[in-house]
Amino acid sequence: MFLRRAKSIQESLTKTRRSFFGRLATSLFGRGDLDEAFWDELEESLILADVGVDVTLEVVGNVRRRAEERAMRKASEVEGILRQELVRILSQNQQPYLPGVRDLSVVLVVGVNGSGKTTSIAKLAHYHVARGDRVLLGAADTFRAAAIDQLRIWADRARVDIVAHQPGADPGAVVFDTIQAARARGANVVIVDTAGRLHTKHNLMAELQKIRNVAAKQVHQAPHEVLLVVDATNGQNAIAQARVFGEAVGVTGVVVAKLDSSAKGGVILAIARELGLPIKFVGTGETLDDLAPFDPEAFVAGLFEPVAEEA
Amino acid sequence: MFENLSEKLQATFSKLARKGRLSESDVDAGLREVRLALLEADVNYRVVKDFIARVRERAIGAEVAKSLTPAQQMVKIVHEELIALLGQPAKLNLSGQAPHVIMLVGLQGSGKTTMAAKLALYLRRDGHKPLLVAADPYRPAAITQLEVLGRQLGIPVHAEDVRTRPEEVAARAVKMAAGGAYSVVILDTAGRLQIDDEMMDELERISRLVHPREVLLVADAMTGQEAVRVAEGFHARLGLTGLILTKIDGDARGGAALSIRSVTGVPIKFLGVGEKTDALEPFHPDRLASRILGMGDVLTLIEKAEALFDEEQARKMEQKLREASFDLEDFRQQLREVRKMGPLQQVLEMIPGFSQVSRQLPADLPEKQLKRIEAIIDSMTPAERRDPQILNGSRKRRIAMGSGTSVQEVNQLLHQFRDMQRLMKQFSSGRGRGLFSLFQ
Ligand SMILES: Nc1nc2c(ncn2[C@@H]2O[C@H](COP(=O)(O)OP(=O)(O)OP(=O)(O)O)[C@@H](O)[C@H]2O)c(=O)[nH]1
Ligand SMILES: [Mg+2]
Repeated sequence: MFLRRAKSIQESLTKTRRSFFGRLATSLFGRGDLDEAFWDELEESLILADVGVDVTLEVVGNVRRRAEERAMRKASEVEGILRQELVRILSQNQQPYLPGVRDLSVVLVVGVNGSGKTTSIAKLAHYHVARGDRVLLGAADTFRAAAIDQLRIWADRARVDIVAHQPGADPGAVVFDTIQAARARGANVVIVDTAGRLHTKHNLMAELQKIRNVAAKQVHQAPHEVLLVVDATNGQNAIAQARVFGEAVGVTGVVVAKLDSSAKGGVILAIARELGLPIKFVGTGETLDDLAPFDPEAFVAGLFEPVAEEA
Repeated sequence: MFENLSEKLQATFSKLARKGRLSESDVDAGLREVRLALLEADVNYRVVKDFIARVRERAIGAEVAKSLTPAQQMVKIVHEELIALLGQPAKLNLSGQAPHVIMLVGLQGSGKTTMAAKLALYLRRDGHKPLLVAADPYRPAAITQLEVLGRQLGIPVHAEDVRTRPEEVAARAVKMAAGGAYSVVILDTAGRLQIDDEMMDELERISRLVHPREVLLVADAMTGQEAVRVAEGFHARLGLTGLILTKIDGDARGGAALSIRSVTGVPIKFLGVGEKTDALEPFHPDRLASRILGMGDVLTLIEKAEALFDEEQARKMEQKLREASFDLEDFRQQLREVRKMGPLQQVLEMIPGFSQVSRQLPADLPEKQLKRIEAIIDSMTPAERRDPQILNGSRKRRIAMGSGTSVQEVNQLLHQFRDMQRLMKQFSSGRGRGLFSLFQ
């Protein structure tokens, strides 16, 4: 009885913080003493957010050490250093998207099946259009049924042009033609949609390298971005995706799609920490506007936010 | 450093003396590794916790079978419990009056459309007359995608304008099928988040109208910790009847299957193993359990080894190891036994502990090379096999001739064998169980 009352007072006190550190702010940081149970619960929260065992242990270890160094005794005091620690991991490799100015930028979008590539490309096209760029999409997923039709519909909605061949055509040829067309039409951004593929399929990864080479031969330093689209609902396998796609085609940044789901996408901490890849955008829905540049602080806040059902 | 759970456990347990029973501290040491393996496989944290508690209870005080090491006994218990939790594979329930409606549901991008086509093909091969229904008017070209797949397979697709509500499309398709032309109706619904109330309402409406016999959750094998909440969400609204795990042809360990199973209790019905429309497999609990534990087929090997090596033989071998009197004669016998278990390379990879030895050997020891090794050993006299020390230049030449190899190869084998003996001595003196631990 007493406990419950105490908790509700605590809750009202932390109401303003609630949307920021959500569940942790109320139930974990609001719990009082820094006891063993607190550290266990923090570990649990991070693992449940798909942060993974390695990074979780490292983060909890670091935060705990710092808390002890500063002789902290209240759980609430830890919130700040935890946030710092997580933001630090996510920020250390951050790099701007398409830095510098050039006549033609080529963006290659890759990822496993169904991760959200095509939709993210549509959003990205929209993002560029809003900045006054002239965008051309290349439909280099010639494999999946109706992938070309899907991109075409998105191109219409985003009011950008698209270059497409027949289903089954050589994706390298599509890229070649797209870049040629971009030059002829004066487009300054080319975004290439590729077929989803599991990183374990060697032949398909080799095909991706070919696509990359076609772009590299035609435009100086192309592709200027190779974006890996990772599904936020994925767990630890996303690390393998990032590693293998990274090695095969030199991924320059990650797009985290489906962050509007109840999943937290914590695996990107491991991707940033272990592979040093910058996170560039997040996708938060199925419309053209649902894309935002990655914001480490907001992401970290979201890690501990309660899901609607639980609140 | 360690390749899989078996090796980790082997390492953990190698510090312990061989005992008849698993003590509390043995079990806890082992369970730490199991816990990590499950979390790395994306099994939900709370599901792992429950699971570990259950295994702990069963493992403490458990007798270690004569043919197994403590590590193997532990793996066996964990594996058995995991299999029990994963449940038995279940067929599609197509009882009652046709047409039978199968509804596929799940998050965006989990693979529903491809799975719809795969199921249609599978059912047609099984003698059914399937109708595919495009009930996803939202994702651009989702309808076209299903139509293309249907055309490729020669399976009819019912589709309507994107402005028609999916529940109407579904109801019309089922009504049409009731005329007798189709025995199964497969509904491809739009991907949606389980927290999207409006979209979940839509699924409920469809379900109420068409009374599906099967409501299958199509989940990506790569799904992380949220799998439990996703599954709970769909289950609470629709009453799932089964689970299909897709994209298992990658390297995801597929812990989500365990999470989903344990929160919904619904059986796993199929696995999607590729992009082609025939890439559909039944689910084998033992294989999926090994995969989740990250230990390949080592368990099959334990079973095979148990069956192959009788206790008497194992006892003799252990004695030899202890006395470090393992000779080429024994080696030959072991090679023969091991080869009964399957292609060599596969066997080598499957043996925990042996992978340490196999690293000393050429990386891709092919069958052909094994045959040469056997030929060399066969060309020796029993005395030579028991004491390779006596092999001088002329004996080596004779052996090389007799086996159709070269003196160089004979030397190489002898060299490798000495390395192996040395390793074995380390294992046996360190009370660890190395190469032949499986065969004891
Ligand atoms: N809720 C939500 N859904 C998304 C998001 N991004 C993509 N999706 C959905 O996820 C599904 C798959 O997206 P696609 O863009 O087709 O994925 P893809 O990676 O191109 O798929 P393949 O080309 O088949 O490998 C579609 O239903 C999208 O609408 C997102 O940020 N949030
Ligand atoms: Mg696509």
